[in-house]
Amino acid sequence: MAQAAAVAKPPAPPRRRRASATPRRLPYLLIAPAALLMLGFIAYPVISVFYYSLQNYNPTKPWRNGYAGFDNFVHAFTKDPIFWDTLVFSAKWVVVEVGLQLLFGLALALIVNQTFVGRGLGRALVFSPWAVSGVLTSAIWVLLYNSQTGITRYLADLGIGSYGTSWLSDTSTVFPAAVVADLWRGVPFFAILILADLQSVSKDLYEAAEVDGASRIKQFWHITLPHLKDAIILSTLLRAVWEFNNVDLLYTLTGGGPAGETTTLPLYIANTSVDAHNFGYASALTTVAFVILLFCSMVYLRLSKFGGDNK
Amino acid sequence: MSVKEATKAAPAPVRATPESPRHPKRKRAWDEAPRWQVYLPLGIYLVFTLIPFYWILLFSLRPAGSTSLVPWPMTFEHFEKVWTDRSFGTYFTNSVLVGVATLLMTTLVALAGGYALARFDFKIKRAFMLALLCSQFVPGALLLVPLFEIFAELQMINSLGSVILAETVFQLPLSMILISNFIKNVPYSLEEAAWVDGCNRMTAFRIVVLPLLRPGLIAVGSFAFVHSWNHFLFALMFLNNQDKQTIPVGLNSLMSADSVDLGALAAGGIIAAVPVVIVFAFIQKWLITGFSAGAVKG
Repeated sequence: MAQAAAVAKPPAPPRRRRASATPRRLPYLLIAPAALLMLGFIAYPVISVFYYSLQNYNPTKPWRNGYAGFDNFVHAFTKDPIFWDTLVFSAKWVVVEVGLQLLFGLALALIVNQTFVGRGLGRALVFSPWAVSGVLTSAIWVLLYNSQTGITRYLADLGIGSYGTSWLSDTSTVFPAAVVADLWRGVPFFAILILADLQSVSKDLYEAAEVDGASRIKQFWHITLPHLKDAIILSTLLRAVWEFNNVDLLYTLTGGGPAGETTTLPLYIANTSVDAHNFGYASALTTVAFVILLFCSMVYLRLSKFGGDNK
Repeated sequence: MSVKEATKAAPAPVRATPESPRHPKRKRAWDEAPRWQVYLPLGIYLVFTLIPFYWILLFSLRPAGSTSLVPWPMTFEHFEKVWTDRSFGTYFTNSVLVGVATLLMTTLVALAGGYALARFDFKIKRAFMLALLCSQFVPGALLLVPLFEIFAELQMINSLGSVILAETVFQLPLSMILISNFIKNVPYSLEEAAWVDGCNRMTAFRIVVLPLLRPGLIAVGSFAFVHSWNHFLFALMFLNNQDKQTIPVGLNSLMSADSVDLGALAAGGIIAAVPVVIVFAFIQKWLITGFSAGAVKG
């Protein structure tokens, strides 16, 4: 019966070309290297962090190693004032840094999006700190903030401030000093991302708005900003996570000091593991940081609807 | 300047109503603000950007103990000292190795994965994309301990391989998302046309897609290079021998020395900056187009 039908009908249409050129296993083969690397060096370490967080684990004190239950967490939340301080500082650091970077980055992007003579050079120059990162930024600002030969000395000559002050070793100035140093290279990042998105705004919209007599400020609010919304949400959240996680700058600029004044939670974790070898406790702190980041990523997923409509 | 502005402003009153067909291109469109609104803030920001660069250049070129604000008489003693005594020559080689290897591995692996994400629908695609995204929130610094254990197990502590692997893995997610966005921007019909002409998938990809991907690949590759060049904590943790260290670790040791040698620190900083500045100067153009083409939006 089936055969008869097959004979009666013209031969089955050839399978769609796209399908025939797409061996079913090919996509899996293609993502395999990436997937394996990420399983081995991200997923597995994440799981082992959870495992270590329940252990006393210190390679330099092996006699005390072993299962610890939730002791590490209890210690962090009840007996470790540094932990709470680092949480507060982390929040302060992220909010101030990202807020200012967004503000200045947006302004900078709007400026260099204009047509003006020397635009290419101007862009290259104001974006250049973006390429310079972490340790080098701290090296530069350590030189600038140096109490003997830094910028303070020359400012003092002009009557601003006094000789011999180092903004990095004074608890009242270290925060703004570190913020400015990080802004120096953070603003270009925002500006680049926003500029990239600015260039895709249709010029017609502005021309139409202008014909309708909309002021430039109105155009900004009603055309530019809505268009930039996605880019702003994305870069803000990526940057927030990055500012939270990144330890390069503060580790080398202030080392978390003076008096723990600039220790973020990840920096505290790095100090606990790299310097104190208290791997179990560091892992417990890491778990706490994960929970915070997980919360952030949920918010991010919500707002950006990532992966919702892929084509 | 005022003359220029006057000539520019002059036609404005003469100009008829905005709808006038004789003025399809308006003199002062939205993206043409008055000059001072561009140059003044840009100038201020430029000062903020450039003073730190000037400062480090100044310290690296003027003799120790000088307080002059111009690097004159110029000396290269700091560079010589840092390059030989502080083994920045070795660090430099190591950093180049790490940077180039990371660049190659990241680009290759991300290209394969990105192609799969852009062109196929497969079962675990959504889960995989989600994993990529989530890994963005996994901080490398927090995984130092388990990574250290893994590399110890693999006998890779003190080998540059550990740093290259770790840097590659942490570059992968973003690189793959970017590359898949770039590939999505290449019309699928181009590839299909090549198949009709008798190319297989691989050849079609190589001769049709790859050339169009160049700006994107340059952006992603240079990202990988710059990041691994600058990144510090993995090298600090996984490499113990001095002859295996990379430049950021060298800089850090200059900073944390008891009596900081500012000239040496500045010279080391310049050495650290040169490669990224060169890379950056070359890719500037592609970077912006690369970004707007492959916009980081999902």
